[in-house]
Amino acid sequence: MISYLTQICVIAMMFTYVTLFVNINQISIMEPITPGSYIPTEYLPALLLMAAAAAFASVSIFIGGIFRLRRPYREKLLPYESGNPVVGEPRDRFSVKFYITAMLFVVFDVEAVFLYPWALSFGKIGLYALVEMILFIIILAIGYIYAWRKEAFKWD
Amino acid sequence: MIESIISSIGIGGFAGSMIALLIKIAIVFGVVMLHVAYATYFERKVIGHIQMRLGPMTVGPHGILQPVADGIKSFFKEDVIPSGADKAIFKLAPVVSVFAALGCLAVVPFFDGFVLANINIGLLYIFAMSSLSAYGIVMAGWSSNSKYSFLGGLRSTAQVISYEVALGLSLVGVMILSESLNLTEIVNAQQKYWHGMFIIPQFLGAFVFMIAAFAETNRAPFDLPEAESELVAGFFVEYSGMRFALFYMAEYIGMLVMSSISVLCFMGGWTLPPFILEVFPSLAAVPGLVWFLFKIYFHVFVYYWIRSTLPRFRYDHLMSLGWKVLIPLALINIVITALVKYYC
Repeated sequence: MISYLTQICVIAMMFTYVTLFVNINQISIMEPITPGSYIPTEYLPALLLMAAAAAFASVSIFIGGIFRLRRPYREKLLPYESGNPVVGEPRDRFSVKFYITAMLFVVFDVEAVFLYPWALSFGKIGLYALVEMILFIIILAIGYIYAWRKEAFKWD
Repeated sequence: MIESIISSIGIGGFAGSMIALLIKIAIVFGVVMLHVAYATYFERKVIGHIQMRLGPMTVGPHGILQPVADGIKSFFKEDVIPSGADKAIFKLAPVVSVFAALGCLAVVPFFDGFVLANINIGLLYIFAMSSLSAYGIVMAGWSSNSKYSFLGGLRSTAQVISYEVALGLSLVGVMILSESLNLTEIVNAQQKYWHGMFIIPQFLGAFVFMIAAFAETNRAPFDLPEAESELVAGFFVEYSGMRFALFYMAEYIGMLVMSSISVLCFMGGWTLPPFILEVFPSLAAVPGLVWFLFKIYFHVFVYYWIRSTLPRFRYDHLMSLGWKVLIPLALINIVITALVKYYC
């Protein structure tokens, strides 16, 4: 059952990409940017704010270093375990579910990113974009159902 | 506005625009720091009154100087670095958290024309920057060499990345309707409709966004990373003094960012709905900043309200809500929005 679904999925995907590739040249939604002529000056304030944020964080830690006391002793520097003596290694083996979640995140987040340019140009392209995107979401849904059936979302 | 004042003094060209930019950054910085300080006070007061207590009352009248006292205190507290910690990463983690949270604010317009970086992909920029906060969490959780922070960091990372998918998908409907990622243009697009707020056609998207925003900022009822009854403080349990304060600050700035995206994308930003302006035309004289702050603080209040009302989710419930409910809802919302937009 699943293997049939996968085959359908692959065929539908190839169909989507082929039609998209054939038709993409007929759609002009963005003005071309000449290479070399475009300097993104509008990003400069964002860069400055990031620099200010990093500087603020570092400077406030530095200023705190001038005032604060430093009286370390062995017990104080042990990892906090509610006052009990430390048992075992902290960086122990952990559940494989976290890996699966991270992999699912990569798959679904990339697919979400594909939706953004479509959403912006949907009004200009019309029916073609609508059909293609519903196909895309159906393919996504097949993968989603597959992950669900394989119990990738299950946490016990 | 600031540019015209500067050029009237006689400083023009590149130097003038740079000075105006630095003044703007200073204004945003000051406003955000003030917001963070008094958001903590506001939270303690709101939760106090909901629990029939008074909240902080000692420092100043009605405890109004409490945030100042807390801020000064954090400078004097000892900075304990646990013996087994990976020192470089341990020290970098709070800086990364604050960096990621504050960086988002560069593209948030506070009212018409006041935005630091008016870039055409504002929303995408916010997604990119707010994803960086996961690095702060991972670094803090891993480097502390403590079981509580390790488990807290793992849980928190899995939670943040899971809900990021739902968060990203919930705003696609807004993108379809406004055909822009620039936050100013999204607000202007809402003014073309009678309702003036995308929360009405996009109620499903707004619902998914709100829940994902709560999870994304690690706030109750999704505050599992810092579930104090089991993990004490989660990924920042080993931090103290100023570094702890920085994590705290990053959390409150994150709430401000999420509230402002919600206000700008779903509630019309600094504008009022046209149907209200038709009934009360005199309200148009009120500056946009007032409405923006009013809506922001309403959201912030909802954060506190929900924190004091709902019990914490169990971890498996949290993950299944994100993956099995919110993502399908967001996808359905996208399909419905596209169909309605095409056929209406």
